Amino acid sequence: MSEKTELAQQFIHALPHARELGLKITRLGAGYAEMTMPYDERLVGDPQTGVLHGGAVSTVIDTCCGTAVMSHPDARGITATIDLRIEYMRAATPGQSIVARATCHHITRNVAFVEATAVDNDTDVPVARASGSFTVGEA
Amino acid sequence: MARARPEPVQVVKQRRDVALSALVEGVPYVRFLGIDFDRRGDELTGVLHFSEKLIGNPMLPAIHGGVTAAFLEVTSIISLSWVYLWPDIESGALDLSEVTPSTMPRLPKTIGFTVDYLRTGLPRDAYARATVTRQGRRYASVRAEAWQDNRDKLFAQGSGHFLMPPAVSVADG
Repeated sequence: MSEKTELAQQFIHALPHARELGLKITRLGAGYAEMTMPYDERLVGDPQTGVLHGGAVSTVIDTCCGTAVMSHPDARGITATIDLRIEYMRAATPGQSIVARATCHHITRNVAFVEATAVDNDTDVPVARASGSFTVGEA
Repeated sequence: MARARPEPVQVVKQRRDVALSALVEGVPYVRFLGIDFDRRGDELTGVLHFSEKLIGNPMLPAIHGGVTAAFLEVTSIISLSWVYLWPDIESGALDLSEVTPSTMPRLPKTIGFTVDYLRTGLPRDAYARATVTRQGRRYASVRAEAWQDNRDKLFAQGSGHFLMPPAVSVADG
């Protein structure tokens, strides 16, 4: 793990809810982040099948998007979500980790635009896809 | 024909409260976040009970944006389920008093959900209400609003589309 990725992981670990979900940064680039959320029975939305709740998937996506914004060379300080739209394309397979990948594809003085996907072990069809906008600089 | 006497109030309340808590408490993630529902007649208000583990930004501190999104989505799904199950709960066709995970009614599935973050979620309880704007046989559309101290100052709003569970005739089951 690079020094930058390690620093970012320390930051994420300082966020109580991210720590609670066991979120880990697995890759970090300029305006790019990859984050993993392990399967956890407390996060199940459908007790009959053991499928994770969409809300848990949106949390890892949101955190990953924010991390991608902060890793962008033009970003200043921390960021906050302005809006986030998520499409749930299929149920996550019970027992498997969720991997979110987010790219900050455009950034202005005030707003960062981000796209993200989330997959489990099957990487062909994403579990979810998302796009959102985030604050840049002082919120 | 003489009109049937209305049921005693405690019978009505008991039936509705049992049905609601079966729906809410059956979902592990809803318990994990600490969400429950206040009920006035058929009107539901979701309550997100604050705890430290919901914090996203410890500096402000603020509730995690993912938690806010999840709260709006949970409130939308439970409110939508409540609307479409209500006739069967009232008629007695659906009895949720001894529900298990395998007998629990299927809940609607989220197709897409959009959240607007309007203010920082403060470290205290939050409330949300959802309105079903359209309920069809296959698809439904829901809007939701969340607030904390002041009902008029929303900290987040959301809207989403849902796939309804396949219709099951509770009368034959």
